[in-house]
Amino acid sequence: MTWSDVVFMLPEIVLTIGASLLLIAPVMGWRRRDAAAKWAMLALLAVTFATVWVCSYAVAGMEQSRMFQAMFALDSFSIFFKLLFIAAMAMITLLSDDFLRESQYSAWEYYSLLAFALTGMMFMASGIHLASIYIGLELMSLSSYILAGFFKNERKSTEAAMKYFVLGAVSSAILLYGISLIYGVTGSLNLLTIARAMSTIVSNDALMFGIMLLGAGLCFKIAAVPFHVWTPDVYEGAPTPVTAFLSTASKGAAVAIFARIFYVGLHDFQLSWNSILATIAALSMILGNLAAITQDNVKRMLAYSSIGHAGYVLLGILSMNEMGLRGVLLYTLVYVFANLGIWATVLMLRRHEYAGERVDDFEGLSQRAPFWAFAMVVFLLSLGGIPPTAGFIGKYFLFAAAVQAGYGWLAVVAVLMSAVSIFFYFRIVVAMYLREGRQADVAITTPLKIVAAVSLAVTLLFGIAPAPLVKQVTQSSNWIAAHAEILPHAGR
Amino acid sequence: MDIGILNIVTYLPLLGAAVILFFFSDPKKIRYSATLFAAIDFLWSLALWWNFDPTASGTGIFQFRWTRAWIPSLGVNYDFGIDGIALLLIVLTTFMGLIAIWSSYSAIDHRQKEYYVLLLLLQTGMIGTFCALDFFLFYVFWEVMLVPMYFLIGIWGGPRKLYAAIKFFLYTLAGSVLMLLSILGLYFFNDDGIPFLHIHGLGNGYTFSILQYHNIGHLIPPQLQFWLFLGFFFGFAIKVPMFPFHTWLPDAHTEAPTAGSIILAAVLLKMGTYGFVRIALPILPDATRQLIVPIVVLSIIGIIYGALVTLVQKDMKKLIAYSSVSHLGFVMLGMFALNPMGLKGSVIQMVNHGISTGALFFLVGVIYERRHSRMIADYGGLAKQMPMYATLFLIAALSSMGLPALNGFIGEFTILVGAANRNIWWAVFAAVGIVLGAAYLLWLYQRVFWGPLDNPANKTVRDLNRRELALLVSLVACMVWIGIYPKPIFDMIDKPVEYVVQKVDPNYYQAAATPATGGRQPATVEASK
Repeated sequence: MTWSDVVFMLPEIVLTIGASLLLIAPVMGWRRRDAAAKWAMLALLAVTFATVWVCSYAVAGMEQSRMFQAMFALDSFSIFFKLLFIAAMAMITLLSDDFLRESQYSAWEYYSLLAFALTGMMFMASGIHLASIYIGLELMSLSSYILAGFFKNERKSTEAAMKYFVLGAVSSAILLYGISLIYGVTGSLNLLTIARAMSTIVSNDALMFGIMLLGAGLCFKIAAVPFHVWTPDVYEGAPTPVTAFLSTASKGAAVAIFARIFYVGLHDFQLSWNSILATIAALSMILGNLAAITQDNVKRMLAYSSIGHAGYVLLGILSMNEMGLRGVLLYTLVYVFANLGIWATVLMLRRHEYAGERVDDFEGLSQRAPFWAFAMVVFLLSLGGIPPTAGFIGKYFLFAAAVQAGYGWLAVVAVLMSAVSIFFYFRIVVAMYLREGRQADVAITTPLKIVAAVSLAVTLLFGIAPAPLVKQVTQSSNWIAAHAEILPHAGR
Repeated sequence: MDIGILNIVTYLPLLGAAVILFFFSDPKKIRYSATLFAAIDFLWSLALWWNFDPTASGTGIFQFRWTRAWIPSLGVNYDFGIDGIALLLIVLTTFMGLIAIWSSYSAIDHRQKEYYVLLLLLQTGMIGTFCALDFFLFYVFWEVMLVPMYFLIGIWGGPRKLYAAIKFFLYTLAGSVLMLLSILGLYFFNDDGIPFLHIHGLGNGYTFSILQYHNIGHLIPPQLQFWLFLGFFFGFAIKVPMFPFHTWLPDAHTEAPTAGSIILAAVLLKMGTYGFVRIALPILPDATRQLIVPIVVLSIIGIIYGALVTLVQKDMKKLIAYSSVSHLGFVMLGMFALNPMGLKGSVIQMVNHGISTGALFFLVGVIYERRHSRMIADYGGLAKQMPMYATLFLIAALSSMGLPALNGFIGEFTILVGAANRNIWWAVFAAVGIVLGAAYLLWLYQRVFWGPLDNPANKTVRDLNRRELALLVSLVACMVWIGIYPKPIFDMIDKPVEYVVQKVDPNYYQAAATPATGGRQPATVEASK
């Protein structure tokens, strides 16, 4: 390890130190000063953000694939995701503020868990070695299990955490078993070496089995059918800000490693896995969107819809072309911001002194808070993929990738299911605008306003003027595109 | 800086919506400023008309071009430009948009701000769709139209508004996402990874330019054309709506507020037919010719089935809604005759239907405001009580059924000539539709306006007020103008129609030129190669 190695990992080092400080702060006499926790967390995130930014320039010309025994890369792909995660985490911090103030739990512990989860996610984004990816994943997952059950006096929350933990642990074990089989056949855990080894292998059952298990584990993390059963219960039971974390940042990290592993490591074997992945994508889109129709609880509805969205993202991965890779990055960003906006609006609602979670709770919101109701419509349209919102641009890339890769039937399923998704998203719109008489009970605080406003700006801006974002994701997919031998998009 | 007259026409309503949203809260001010913006927009669209050169031919028919790069890495351009067909429909849109806003003064009494904002937003979406010459842009505007219309039906609609609104939205969305797939299919069409355009020396990269695809459409293999056509067909046919995709229409029309129905009938339905003329026909000529027969059969079923269903309706608004299915069947029939006559009739009928049906919906709205009933059985003998209303209703009905000297006749006659040129039986079946059309409209008129004035509630109904009269007279003026002197309109669409026919059936003009007599109308043109 040299000093240049340290530069590569400086953001993670800074973040780990910060997270540890957050953890010991209450012991050092700050226990009663919960209000300071939020500011400490935001400051830590700002510092980390700046460090990533600076480091990205510092490492610009360096050979990416050699650092830390070829375990870790600070390429444009990882920088994109790291900045996205940090931004999302800052928004989640803002979402959590009121929630924590009204509860009796320590904000310091909560934020330090978020910070550790973020560390794990940043390792995942940078990992080019199955071991470092796995360690990052576990760090994130363990923090998530605790966060899901953080409000330990809530029965639902505890139940959600337990389910999440048991299923999550099993899926991690499956993932690890898959990794070990791949290691057994190819003799390496480095994605580039694996890819090189695979190019000489024609067919190998053990390897095939390993890829299946690895894929199953990853599908669990992104909540794709048939590995989705935990999602509705956990999303519903977890405290709403934690649900926001699980459905945005945590899911984004899983998508990042999914894309990295399959594009870089397993692209030579795509013929053996992409038909299975296509089936999983189709099932996720169909089941997720259809099941969401009947949900009356907004958190459950969004859980099912997030299963559908996992299906859309899989389109970008299985189509194995540049369009798809760019689509994965774009869609993750768009999805994260639209979702955070929605969670902010959900948190604005009050019902018996507690967060409103039912579709009915939105009734009359357009009269009570016209601007935030309008913002909610924009977020929902974005998730449904209706222009001129950013969601359309994201979906456009994914559908285009599927068409380009020759998955016409999958694209038909995808577009029809996005029409179905409008049906249940519009149940909220109907409640907000078309049902009159009731007044929504709301508590709109500044942190929630900030989150919703930022999400709204991102969603509309990138919907109307997507060119800069498209350019950015093209740049950010360079490293992977160069190592994955994928079909280029000749449009440049 | 050149901001482009088309941009002005398109975004003026949007500006109006923003101004109303942020600066006005008094209902009166909102109404008047919305009317003002719509009126200015209408005047700008007339300026388009005066400055348009109808004699240009070839790709020169697309005028007022305004092109900027939008997403360069995908080959997406912001590309505006109109030909005579689009121009006609834009003028129709701004005119009917003004009528729609003007007609809502007394009909809408709650949430007025949102109402006028949405109407103006809708107008921007509609005009943008007619202006767009880039698939990506076209699709964006196409979808943008959906949301305001959803809210117009859903908030200010009748008793079953929620059902009607979501049905409208989902039907149209399902069609348009399939259209998106066809757009992608065109976009990625290539030979071994080299973009198709490149092979034919038309640029290096992928493109969304509709005009580029006009040039290369005929080179796409027929098999692929068929599938792409299918996607576009779903998108457009649902919007038209063609039988059997029409079921959303009666619900949407019946539940929508009057202005919503006017816009829906006058402009939104034309999106589908416009899409066929602008995209499906010129870009996918082989598939179009291959599918003439099924589409014509569906059109004729639409004409006759629509008319028959109209006959048995008890609700006036629903009656007019079903009559739209029949009328749009005519438009599709004329279009798929694929000769200049049929296409011209088809385009003119789009405009006519907008004006006549818009007028009829407004007339039903007038009586509904007074009596809160649209049931035919509640009326009778209204002619005695409301003479002005009865007269104008008669003119609108006659125009809709195609009486000579009014606009409907010009359109239907031209369509029948075009259809007969292709196949005499098409015209025969369509003529049955005209007879049925006369039947249901006259019967409606008879039941509502003649006979004894025996319902006491009708004895106190006021006749038209000045605003309603002015509005209807301006619509009737258009009907008479087109009915008596349609030449400016024929001139306007002459070249664009020639352009489309040349793309979709290049043999047509060759066949016309070969005989020594130089006859303009060849007796037979092969239905498909």
